Amino acid sequence: MIDWPLVSVIIFLPLIGALIILFIKEDELTSINIKWAALLTTLGTFILSLILWLQFDYSNPSYQYEEKFRWFDDFNFFYHVGVDGISLFMILLSTFLTPLCILASWNNIKKRVKEYMLSFLFLETVMIGMFASIDILLFYIFFEAVLIPMYLIIGIWGGNRRIYASFKFFLYTLLGSVLMLIAIIVMYRNTSSMSIEFLQGNYFSYNTQLFLWLAFFASFAVKIPMWPFHTWLPDAHVEAPTAGSVILAGVLLKMGGYGFIRFSLGMLPEATEFFIPLIMTLSIVAIVYTSLVALAQTDIKKLIAYSSVAHMGIVTIGIFLVNQQGLEGAMMQMISHGLVSAALFLCVGVIYDRMHTREIEFYGGLVQRMPLYATVFMIFMLGSVGLPGTSGFIGEFLVIVGAFKFSSYVVIGAAFGIILSAVYMLYLYKRIIFGTITNNKLADILDINTREKIILIPLAISVILLGIFPNLFLDPMRLSLELIITNYEIANAK
Amino acid sequence: MLNNIYNIFFIPEIFLACSSFVCLLFGLFLKKNAFRQTSNLAVFVLLLTILLVYYDSESNFANYKSLFSHSSFINFFKILALLGSITSIIISKDYFLGIKLKNFEIPILFLFSTLGMMLMIASNNLMSMYLAIELQSLSLYVAAAIKRDSISSAESGVKYFILGALSSGILLYGFSLIYGFTGSMNFDDISFYLSKYDNLNLGLIFGLVFVMVGLAFKVSAVPFHMWTPDVYEGAPNSITGFFAIVPKIAAVALIYRFCLVPFENFYTEWSQIILFLSIASMFLGAIAAIAQSNIKRLLAYSSIGHIGYILIALVAANDDGIKAASIYMFSYMIMNVAIFAILLSLKVKNEYLINISDLKGLSKSNPIVSLSISIIMLSMAGIPPFIGFFGKFYVFIAAIEQELYVLSVLGVLASVISAFYYLRIIKIMYFDESKSEVIINFQISFQSKIILSLSLFLIICFIFYPSLLINISASLTI
Repeated sequence: MIDWPLVSVIIFLPLIGALIILFIKEDELTSINIKWAALLTTLGTFILSLILWLQFDYSNPSYQYEEKFRWFDDFNFFYHVGVDGISLFMILLSTFLTPLCILASWNNIKKRVKEYMLSFLFLETVMIGMFASIDILLFYIFFEAVLIPMYLIIGIWGGNRRIYASFKFFLYTLLGSVLMLIAIIVMYRNTSSMSIEFLQGNYFSYNTQLFLWLAFFASFAVKIPMWPFHTWLPDAHVEAPTAGSVILAGVLLKMGGYGFIRFSLGMLPEATEFFIPLIMTLSIVAIVYTSLVALAQTDIKKLIAYSSVAHMGIVTIGIFLVNQQGLEGAMMQMISHGLVSAALFLCVGVIYDRMHTREIEFYGGLVQRMPLYATVFMIFMLGSVGLPGTSGFIGEFLVIVGAFKFSSYVVIGAAFGIILSAVYMLYLYKRIIFGTITNNKLADILDINTREKIILIPLAISVILLGIFPNLFLDPMRLSLELIITNYEIANAK
Repeated sequence: MLNNIYNIFFIPEIFLACSSFVCLLFGLFLKKNAFRQTSNLAVFVLLLTILLVYYDSESNFANYKSLFSHSSFINFFKILALLGSITSIIISKDYFLGIKLKNFEIPILFLFSTLGMMLMIASNNLMSMYLAIELQSLSLYVAAAIKRDSISSAESGVKYFILGALSSGILLYGFSLIYGFTGSMNFDDISFYLSKYDNLNLGLIFGLVFVMVGLAFKVSAVPFHMWTPDVYEGAPNSITGFFAIVPKIAAVALIYRFCLVPFENFYTEWSQIILFLSIASMFLGAIAAIAQSNIKRLLAYSSIGHIGYILIALVAANDDGIKAASIYMFSYMIMNVAIFAILLSLKVKNEYLINISDLKGLSKSNPIVSLSISIIMLSMAGIPPFIGFFGKFYVFIAAIEQELYVLSVLGVLASVISAFYYLRIIKIMYFDESKSEVIINFQISFQSKIILSLSLFLIICFIFYPSLLINISASLTI
């Protein structure tokens, strides 16, 4: 194994890159240096996180690469980081998407390049830190710190209604997460421990669990987002710059799902049992309702944003089935959605950069001028629909298999959502790509260039890889998920 | 014991009082640069006083046992108040020279007011408490009105004086009731007398309520906060800085000591009052600040909100509460020092910054300054990883330790509302496009720059080594 603090290096490497960028003077000529510095830092982080995966011990369900230092003298708050099967792919997703985001903003971010790259690097640090922390307070610090760069990214480089969207994003998610702070303090008071590992042992009385569960629910349901707490998401997505949407859809939404698995399932099993019907109802409403809403959208980004809410509904169903298939399906769906929705937003970015509009009406017949674009877009569109052979299929399939053990009504709801997702995605694809070019402005639109190929092709490969070799991803996480399920069953069997 | 008469001069309060007179004479006989020299001397005197408080903590005014007390809590807050006045004298020096307000009395007023605060924090007797409050307030009344040719400054001074005198009157009436019903003015004697009873009689309850009203006025807790925004707005910026940074420290220490020493056993009686003050301050501070366009009024409401959080820790009334209060007060002081160090150096079109909307375009012309303001604002909003978060965190730990769940939830909700107006400042600096080229000058003296960098360093880097402050605060006893 590795005897140097790999996880800390991965967490803080982007921050070091940010500090270096802080001292590069920005003008017309040097902004390219800033971009390169950011790209190299994020690529380095990605390569290091691959080592994390290669050296990962599949037979160990608990945390690996642990680092633990006492931080506060007066209570048990540690700088405690590590990686287990659940967080491994979340970290990989963050490190994989960030360099792509930097590349995607290479030419279209023209003002304040330095601040932009600083925000992204800081964002990467807090995202990785959040997934890697084994201490709840550390988790909370990173969880809230995510708001700062994202607020700036939406607010400075966003669209016309960016100020409204950034405030809504910030205040909505802050409202959810401050309640989590109270819950964390209550947990600490009851157990004198802040270790996520230790707290996964059902220490709280039933009534305490119910309140704690609601507090955690408030923050994760907003984050993931579940219906009816999702209204910030379409605004944030539409107004954010392309790379902002990519990170938002790709990683930030997963914070909610990750939190549900770790905190609700892991620490509050009895309350989870009590609230499962609520979650299932909200999830099915989310899937059906937001799919229908997506069908009616005229803005491509908004459509994909609503489809995210629907896909996250599948994730919450999978998580709260609390069985092996359900949880594995939820994890796969999260990874898949992280790649697919990120890629879809990047695809929207490609045509937005050329035409500066996201109206579906404006486009049509792009296949005539952009065959390559039409091909990659199709891969991601099919991934979103869940065609066998793509990543989306594995997650949805596993969740539905798991749901049969729970209730066939849930299966019907989820399946209905999947059908609807095919409807709105294929309809979107038809309107944008197929047909003949009717809009004269599109007559000389160019196909994707090399930079865009470099961004989209790795994503396309990983979507297919995930669909064909799911075990590559399922094996590392299996034991960690089993541990959570076992704890849950022991707690509820009492 | 004092064996040698000269030792009396090493008692911090006596040293500060004598040195203040020396400063006064020094300023009086100086012909040139009187203001600058007196300020420097005042800073030097205050630094020496800190050393005396730190090293000579045993033999101090506490030798007058019945009038003053002595504890680690008192020393901590004394040092905090002294640090606050040093930094506010340093950061305001250039501002005073800039607006040609070169009266050498200003640092002297600060010195006397600081002396009053030290006595206030240490007082262990109703009479000494009242005199100390008056000493610090009278200096502050004059300081608020120091810009004699400005109507707003005079107005704020008069307003502060009238309301301050009213509250002192109420306070004094409360004292007389407490004295009348317990027969003593000494905190310990009152506590001893009261320990014989299970509940307070009507006269004592009235006395307690009157005193609470007077103290709530001093810490500017809602509904006795009306003077704060007006005085902040009217006084010259640098005086506002002093108001924001220092007197709150002393007033908070006093309200803690008053509640926790003589009325220790009557938690239920006073905690209801404090509970109401706390909730009202948090929410009014958060909501009223949203509509402000003047940065000084905004900071006034923000300070009202912060007082609400500190009072949560007082309602908790446990060791964690004292720890939380000292950490919160420290972070409050640091953040205010930082923001005023910036405000006192920012000039828009050759006028010192007043309107928040004038910050528009600052991120283009002064990226470092706007980054610093953003960090301070996020810290005030309590967003991790900055110091303001840990202040709030410890307050909530104390509250939950006492099972004050509803109060904590209300506290976090108010913090979300208040995040809005802090974010608004960031929005104005970064998101709003300035159409015309606004000329914003940032000229800062070397000394203020050091103060600013130090406080920013503490705001950002507290998270890396928190134990230093936390161990000190954990060991405080009231």
